[in-house]
Amino acid sequence: MSVSPAHHANRTEADLRVAPVITGLGVLAANGIGVEEYWAAVLSGESGLAEITRFDPAGYSAKLAGQVDADFSALPNRLMPQTDHMTRLALLAAAEAFEDADVDPHQLPEYAAGVITGASAGGFEFGQRELEALWSKGGEYVSAYQSFAWFYPVNSGQISIRHALRGASGTVVAEQAGGLDALGKARRNIRTGTDLMVAGAVDGSLCPWGWLCQIRSGRLTDATDPAAAFLPFDRRAAGHVPGEGGALLIMEHPEHVARRGVDPVHEVHGVLAGHSATFDPAPGSDAPSGLRRAIEQALRDAGISPREVDVVFADGAGVPHLDAAEATAIAEVFGPRGVPVTVPKTMTGRLLAGGGPLDVATALLSIRDGVIPPTVNIERPAGHPIDLVRDTPRETPLTTALVLARGHGGFNSAVVVRRAA
Amino acid sequence: MTAAFGSRRVVVTGIGVVAPGGVGTKQFWQMLTDGRTATRAITSFDASRFRSRIAAEIDFDAVACGLSQRQIRKWDRTTQFAVVATREALEDSGILGESVPERTGVMVGTACGATTSLDREYAIVSDEGSTWLVDESHASPYLYDYYVPSSMAAEVAWLADAQGPVGIVSTGCTSGIDVLGHAMDQILDGSADVMVAGASDASISPITVACFDAIKATSARNDDPTTASRPFDATRDGFVLGEGAAMFVLEEAEHARRRGARVYAELAGSANRCNAYSMTGLRPDGLEMADAISAAMVRARLDPADVDYVNAHGSATKQNDRHETGAFKRSLGHHAYRVPISSIKSMIGHSLGAICALEAAACVLAVEHSVVPPTANLHNPDPECDLDYVPNIARELPVNTVVSVASGFGGFQSALVVTKPGWRA
Repeated sequence: MSVSPAHHANRTEADLRVAPVITGLGVLAANGIGVEEYWAAVLSGESGLAEITRFDPAGYSAKLAGQVDADFSALPNRLMPQTDHMTRLALLAAAEAFEDADVDPHQLPEYAAGVITGASAGGFEFGQRELEALWSKGGEYVSAYQSFAWFYPVNSGQISIRHALRGASGTVVAEQAGGLDALGKARRNIRTGTDLMVAGAVDGSLCPWGWLCQIRSGRLTDATDPAAAFLPFDRRAAGHVPGEGGALLIMEHPEHVARRGVDPVHEVHGVLAGHSATFDPAPGSDAPSGLRRAIEQALRDAGISPREVDVVFADGAGVPHLDAAEATAIAEVFGPRGVPVTVPKTMTGRLLAGGGPLDVATALLSIRDGVIPPTVNIERPAGHPIDLVRDTPRETPLTTALVLARGHGGFNSAVVVRRAA
Repeated sequence: MTAAFGSRRVVVTGIGVVAPGGVGTKQFWQMLTDGRTATRAITSFDASRFRSRIAAEIDFDAVACGLSQRQIRKWDRTTQFAVVATREALEDSGILGESVPERTGVMVGTACGATTSLDREYAIVSDEGSTWLVDESHASPYLYDYYVPSSMAAEVAWLADAQGPVGIVSTGCTSGIDVLGHAMDQILDGSADVMVAGASDASISPITVACFDAIKATSARNDDPTTASRPFDATRDGFVLGEGAAMFVLEEAEHARRRGARVYAELAGSANRCNAYSMTGLRPDGLEMADAISAAMVRARLDPADVDYVNAHGSATKQNDRHETGAFKRSLGHHAYRVPISSIKSMIGHSLGAICALEAAACVLAVEHSVVPPTANLHNPDPECDLDYVPNIARELPVNTVVSVASGFGGFQSALVVTKPGWRA
């Protein structure tokens, strides 16, 4: 196959169907910072949900979150005054992902690498501080960094600068579904001329102002016991616990992986084999939810049948009617109890855009180690026709995982990852 | 999904515009070709304590534009603009009832989302920053829709009867090009046959004015607001904040042909780069923007000499106008000195994420009418900006190929190529 210079390529038909290889992972969640710490916590069923300490949650109806308090000493001092907490977390995740992939992006050709992140509300805690300065003291007290510390693509911009990524980049927003859409968009960039992409999302806004906004979604649980709070597919489901964190992946064109001397089968995490995004019919319509269609299209895109899927990482809204709709969509495609289903985000909370990419990272680790992580705290299953992996990890050989995410308002996104072959 | 970049093409079959100076595509184009400006003293809030007190505001009568009282109460102004522009585009294209919902998607670009509502609601729940009222019932029931801008994409999707890929593309001031590029790619690779795409921003609010004051990016020519936006002029002193929306119906060319749709133009190529240099700063060489232009031209299979008109970013900041002049010379070579270049920000200000979609509308209309809009307020050319910026008066000429560019915070640099239908082989 002839590949013209990366940054001006009109690629071949084969390039336009290529499945990007995932060569690096960077992960942060409430139950573990860094891939191995997180994965060990997940396999031991260790939850990071707890009462918020970042600010005083007294007086709010919701008090629990999956908070990530990381050590930022690895970041340059000059970045601290200009970044929100979630941007600092994203910079740590990007650095881990590059290290894991064993790539120095500064050594890549011009425009050969880019970054696509998913976002939900931008650097909201930073924004709250500046709103306070504006309203209590006056416009002249607003930070010179406000214009870009709050805005949605801040993580892409800062990651691009820190790692010298000058290729096609950007940010997408589709609430919780946006993180998977970021992977889909990064795949397009690889297919149309960018050799390497940083893709995924690290998100969160644990500050009083962000908390109020999230409470107004009407979907946060008011439970106070962390072990009985976020209970997707459980009869007691009554909302979710938000968290912060997420995952960033290094995705590459397989030829690029081979060119830099890495075995694209044995030395990588897997491939992004399929993606599809759909939108639900308007509220009040009788038409079925778009989730089933997203699943079917993602499988078709990956060129596989439902039988070839070994595990489903469900969206797991923790809201009864949404859980029922998701269970129905899964059962319609795979048959009743036809495939193991898991929701490890019961240990991290729902991470807005960060949740989907974190599930993709978790799915790749599951494939690597042949073990499905558990959905914790589900003591009274709601009787949905799904095979929910509860309490303890399930060991089984795995090749293919389906990851689902849904965004408030009707967004559906599905990703298929597979062992490289 | 069939990857069919080779055979599929993307055409524009509907346009909707909400812009300073008037609602609707016709008024927009009339104003641009007249060379009139819509910049003025800010009226939407008391701006007397700010450094820059001018903006290109829209006299937007939501009721006259067909929105219900409930929609007006519920939606941020950005969503209102997006919906009104989408209605015009849908009607213009006649697509409703002729598209398959599952094969129809929506992508909306925005830089600031519902910032204006968040600013207002923050002031309410914090008693203007003095005390943090924890009382949840005090907060707007629509607060979450303001918090996550994808709520705007959902409203547009319901209107457009779209059940394919739906979302927001946000890359600051390049959002309007990047969203069209993303929508285009989704048609090219077979994910959708129809995409309703464009961008909206309405953030002339205290927090936005304050954050540009803090970095002196906006013009402080408060005594002469109508001529304050002066791209490429030696006396320029920053951009004038604007607001607005432009939405398009994009279709796979064969889909449009089969239903006998009127085709305005083809989206022939787009590309995006990062400067990896600074969240706000630009180097004068314009290297990354030049590469975005070249890459978009390669994707369109066109040469620099084919370009009949360049729609500039032309924000009127000192650094930007120099930066992109460098980029034009680097990417277009000698042709940069011959091709007409103009900035409509001189007339309608800089509406952040929305502006590139408005500029794309101007490009499509330039192709349609064989007229290029001028750069208003250009009387004292900056010697460092030594190209043909079409000063003050619109120009009639055959327009078959247009390049539009954008540069934004985060270091994003983008280019879009628009061609006359049937022009490109």
